[in-house]
Amino acid sequence: MATSSSNSPALLEIAEVSKSFGPVAVLRSVSLQVTKGEVVTIIGPSGSGKTTLLRCVNFLESYDSGSIRIDGKEVGYRDSGTRQRRSERDLAAMRAETGMVFQSFNLFPHLTAAGNIMLGLTKVRGKSNAEARSIAEHWLGRVGLAHKADSLPAELSGGQQQRVGIARAVAMEPKILLLDEITSALDPELVGEVLAVVKSLAEDGMTMVMVTHEMAFARDASSRIVFMADGGVSAVGPPKEVLAAETTNERLRTFLARFRASHF
Amino acid sequence: MGYTLNFNLIWRHFDKLWGGLLLSLELAVISIAIGIVIGLVLAVWYVSAGRVVRTIIAAYVEFIRNVPLILLVYLVFYGVPTVIDLAYSAPTSFVVTLSVYSGAYLVEVFRSGLEAVPRGQLDAGKAIGLTPWQRLIHVRLPTMLRITLPALSNTFISLFKDTSIASVISVPELTYGAQWINFNTFRIVEVYLVTTAMYLVTGYALLFALRLVERRFRAAR
Repeated sequence: MATSSSNSPALLEIAEVSKSFGPVAVLRSVSLQVTKGEVVTIIGPSGSGKTTLLRCVNFLESYDSGSIRIDGKEVGYRDSGTRQRRSERDLAAMRAETGMVFQSFNLFPHLTAAGNIMLGLTKVRGKSNAEARSIAEHWLGRVGLAHKADSLPAELSGGQQQRVGIARAVAMEPKILLLDEITSALDPELVGEVLAVVKSLAEDGMTMVMVTHEMAFARDASSRIVFMADGGVSAVGPPKEVLAAETTNERLRTFLARFRASHF
Repeated sequence: MGYTLNFNLIWRHFDKLWGGLLLSLELAVISIAIGIVIGLVLAVWYVSAGRVVRTIIAAYVEFIRNVPLILLVYLVFYGVPTVIDLAYSAPTSFVVTLSVYSGAYLVEVFRSGLEAVPRGQLDAGKAIGLTPWQRLIHVRLPTMLRITLPALSNTFISLFKDTSIASVISVPELTYGAQWINFNTFRIVEVYLVTTAMYLVTGYALLFALRLVERRFRAAR
């Protein structure tokens, strides 16, 4: 469990984060550190809090206690320690430091592929249209969609839309990329093209935290795997350790067994 | 039935109808433009406001929607100047009334459109670091517009027809022109046939134009 995070300071530091929706505790004192260049995959049964945790990292969800820091800076609350929510302006600036790719793509339907990528570059990063356009074209090329720059989301397949979604996120040069079940809404034959893009980003050293059900991909692409159950971190370690069939962690073993049964 | 249609007298006074139609369109365009501003501002305010503001806006909408337009027209034209010392012309009075009236209907159209914008798109806007104002301008409003265009077109056509109510306070729009010709020529069937045709053609032309806009929004942009 001791990892590279012990010798270099964590880029993302989640410390004892808890959150409840009414009487239901979705996160129970979750702690996790991610160092620069790491690819951390969160797995676990549905309802275990994976997505909620991910959404707390860019404060799409607030949390009740604990802290989440990126480069030492508290994400959603002011550093004063009073748990005072940041102003919307500050939150926007903090969120620009992370990129997020969504399960349902969430492209802006009125903008072309290039337009989707350019919006953040022009409005948040303050780049000129020409500059933003050339950055957008560069990233569309990286995800194999250079020829689709002027297509609307409705004219693209699911896999293509998701690749635009990835390009939109990474074009902002985020410190961390958050991937929330990005292949779950795709037809099986389109999953590969999206995962190939993620893999190439990982090879470039992009720091990523992802929630996925693609176990084979998690095993191959992750530096560490986090297994969540009942809102807490139940196991964490290198893929080989966590995904080992002979694990002593009862919940993990049940999860993996059920997973193998339904996917093979 | 021994009635013979004779349109000669109608054509002789056709300028009353033509001028009336142009005024009807003018009243509609100005009122709708003001109504759009009222509707947008209140709808955006509504979806982000607390209970007090929501209640006030809802009360305005409910009041307008449950009172007949003709009553509001009387109220503004005869009632208001009696209470406060303020004089205005009939057309101005009607534009004020129809603006407030259309505003109430458009708040509802825009509000439901704003609430129908998928949450995921707003999340995506947040995730790339847009401020609330930028999310409104660049994400929420464009999507809302695409969602509401069909309902918006129907409201506009409705409001155009509502300008006929202005005839009750002698605003010389199309229906008033028709009444004038009727009183002066007694060709009731002919004049209302022609007037009906004019409303129909104009209404269809507007609808056609608005559908073109809808299609453009859906396809090209």
